[in-house]
Amino acid sequence: MGRYVARRLLQMIPVFLGSTMLVFAMMYVLPGDPVRALAGEQTVDPAQIAAMKKDLGLDLPFWHQYWNYLVGLFQGDFGTEIASGRPVSETIADAFPITIRLALFAFVFTVLVGISIGVFAGLKADTLRDRGLLVLTLLLISVPSFVLGFLAQYFFAHQLGWVDPNVSAEANWGELLLPAVVLGSLSLAYVARLTRTSIAENLRADYMRTAVAKGLPRRRVIGVHLMRNSMIPVVTFLGTDLGALLGGAVVTEGIFNVQGVGRAVFGALQHREGATVVGIVTLIVIVYLVTSLLVDLLYAVLDPRIRYA
Amino acid sequence: MRGAKSAKWVAGAAIIALAATACGGGDGDDSSNSASKEKGKPAGYVSVDVGEPQKPLIPADTNEQLGSYVIQAVFTQLLEFDGEGNIVYTNAESVTTEDSKTWTVKLKPGWKFHDGTPVTAESYIKAWNWYANIKNNQQNAFWFEDIKGYADVHPEKGDPKSEEMSGLKAVDDTTFTIELDKPVPYFEYKLGYYTFAPLPEVFYKDTKAFGQAPVGNGPYIFEKWDHKKLIQVKANPDYQGPNKAKNKGILFKNYATVEAAYQDLISGNLDMIRQVGPKDLPKYKQDLGDRVIDEPYAAVQSLVPTFYSKTFKDIDPKVIQGLSMGIDRDTITKTVLNGTREPAKSFTPPGVAGNQQLDTDVFTFDPAKAKALVKEGGGVPDNKIWIQYNADGGHKEWVTAVCESIRNSTGVDCIPDAKPDFQTDLEARDNDQVKSMYRGGWVADYPLNVNFMRELYGTTAEANNGRFSDKEVDAAFKKGDNAPSLDESIKAYQEAEKLVLDKMPAIPLWEYKINGGYGKSVDNVAIDFRGDYVMTDVTVK
Repeated sequence: MGRYVARRLLQMIPVFLGSTMLVFAMMYVLPGDPVRALAGEQTVDPAQIAAMKKDLGLDLPFWHQYWNYLVGLFQGDFGTEIASGRPVSETIADAFPITIRLALFAFVFTVLVGISIGVFAGLKADTLRDRGLLVLTLLLISVPSFVLGFLAQYFFAHQLGWVDPNVSAEANWGELLLPAVVLGSLSLAYVARLTRTSIAENLRADYMRTAVAKGLPRRRVIGVHLMRNSMIPVVTFLGTDLGALLGGAVVTEGIFNVQGVGRAVFGALQHREGATVVGIVTLIVIVYLVTSLLVDLLYAVLDPRIRYA
Repeated sequence: MRGAKSAKWVAGAAIIALAATACGGGDGDDSSNSASKEKGKPAGYVSVDVGEPQKPLIPADTNEQLGSYVIQAVFTQLLEFDGEGNIVYTNAESVTTEDSKTWTVKLKPGWKFHDGTPVTAESYIKAWNWYANIKNNQQNAFWFEDIKGYADVHPEKGDPKSEEMSGLKAVDDTTFTIELDKPVPYFEYKLGYYTFAPLPEVFYKDTKAFGQAPVGNGPYIFEKWDHKKLIQVKANPDYQGPNKAKNKGILFKNYATVEAAYQDLISGNLDMIRQVGPKDLPKYKQDLGDRVIDEPYAAVQSLVPTFYSKTFKDIDPKVIQGLSMGIDRDTITKTVLNGTREPAKSFTPPGVAGNQQLDTDVFTFDPAKAKALVKEGGGVPDNKIWIQYNADGGHKEWVTAVCESIRNSTGVDCIPDAKPDFQTDLEARDNDQVKSMYRGGWVADYPLNVNFMRELYGTTAEANNGRFSDKEVDAAFKKGDNAPSLDESIKAYQEAEKLVLDKMPAIPLWEYKINGGYGKSVDNVAIDFRGDYVMTDVTVK
């Protein structure tokens, strides 16, 4: 097990290098000069632009820039933003906590409600309540999140007045409730469907019959024997989903004015703030790598037949 | 066993989540009961949706609207302009000249920076020298180029030869003289640009820290900058200028979208919105009633032919005039642009001194005459033009409509040429790679017709990306620059505008309008010639 984890951790290094280089290269080849764009339609002084580029190291060839970036990164320096002159790490520190809160909130909502619905439906497959829940999840999957977002905003904020339409700068838990539900609802539908199918299938498995035959209480049969075996596909999905949530749902963050990662990346892309984009994407890559490792380790916990050498 | 452990974990997380939700519900109820009370806003303050400034808050390093709002609140330069574009002295007592070449500035005595140090002639001279120095890479350094000795501190190549411009001299504590390279009759107007603000001594100790927490001499004192969220300033009780704050302070708040800002305006969480988004434009007058701001400001949008392109090289101006007449400005501004623009009638917008009625029909929609003019001028190569625009700025709809209009009325094929964003668009303009025309926009730096002529169509003007070059036009501009007085200079530029009409370096389309609004808790909301809210005048009910 320990060796397996160590090997997986070592594998992260090339993935990390490859992905940062890819993003870095993509930012590099994008047309449009961020330093020039600072002047907009006003007069530009070529000498001044050249001087600023030299200061920022933007006049160097691609490999040199990438090397400088990596060296900085290993010293904990995410680089400097071109326009504001602030360290990129500050932008990240501003945006990530809010998105982490939003993502965790959405994640907990997805897990709790999604799995409950799935179990509820799966235990009585092909009944009316199962069909009803399937229709509901179909609705959630097919409605785009911006429609759902605007609808939620309209009803809960403008019509009922339960919440404020926007998340303020403080972004406290209460304000994040609505965006989290909207953000989580798409994955919720998938989780519910995965759980339902898995439960319905495992219900007919041999070990279930054995467990029932042993005379175990129903709670234990379902709660431990059935659930544990049915959770493998769900956990796989949830693992990648947490990464996606942390990546920031640009649309949802935009609708509810959440000052999170999605918005930070979008803004940085617009202004060609290469260092910011690469920095945030790097962190998201790490989150993906770690969650996929956790998912793989969870397999062994859920199903002892799966073992890592 | 491990399974059991993880199950406990899940239960723990569930309890935490439930607790969090419960708290959340309570918060939501509280705020809805007092919908007009804005969270975190001190009493007497007003709030406006001015987002994150691009750069640190140094007067000469900011040229975009968001940053300039804050700069203008914290700093005061020598003079300002009122709603009609007339000069109002703020920090200056007088600005005088005999020959338009040497200017004498007298400061009002007793002015202080927010840290208590006095505002002296030296505060201005030292700041201007610092701004102009190429080593400091200030965005607006070129604003000082009229001053004698600018080339020494800001050479085209290499290091500066001097730290100071020879044209700036202090006479005493509150008087200084500005000597220019050559006479500029309208130089006083330029001084109204916020870039000419003075700096306190503390600036030079740590310029970086200053950019994050500026100390100015203006109507507001900087309080805090919560990056990408808000900037807060409070009224300066000791301010002596005519534009003393009538409110207790301002919150400049950052929003993800204009729609989000609008929602906060409607629900009472924001006092003023600078621009209503396209989604809410059709209903904002209903929502806001008489609290709507719907006014033009000194900015013009035009189509600029590039005279190096295959299409417009050695073109007969008649063709461009024909194309101009082929555009149905009235219909497009009303329908496609939702009434957010006013059709242009000249090269300068109203609200700038020297704006005039040109006796011409070049800006009037007349398909028959348009077609005739294009034919008379020999047409365009391949009978085809392109209009370049940036797809990230909401221009697609009107560019398509303009093309449609040109195609229908003149028979010239017109193709919208989208660049993904403003950066790419600018790059193509800088590198002379525009296929035939681009979308240009110009907001007044100072309210004079000069600003819409020589900065855009002079051969050596750096914002002249169409590379228009005409000896007669240059000569006419020079005549205006050499005029003995401001009035004569304005008149000369009016004459030059008539010449520009014959040469057609651009096709003016329409003037911009501000379509904003304000909430129930504020009053006395007005805009200045740049289209910015006059924040000092806003009162709290």
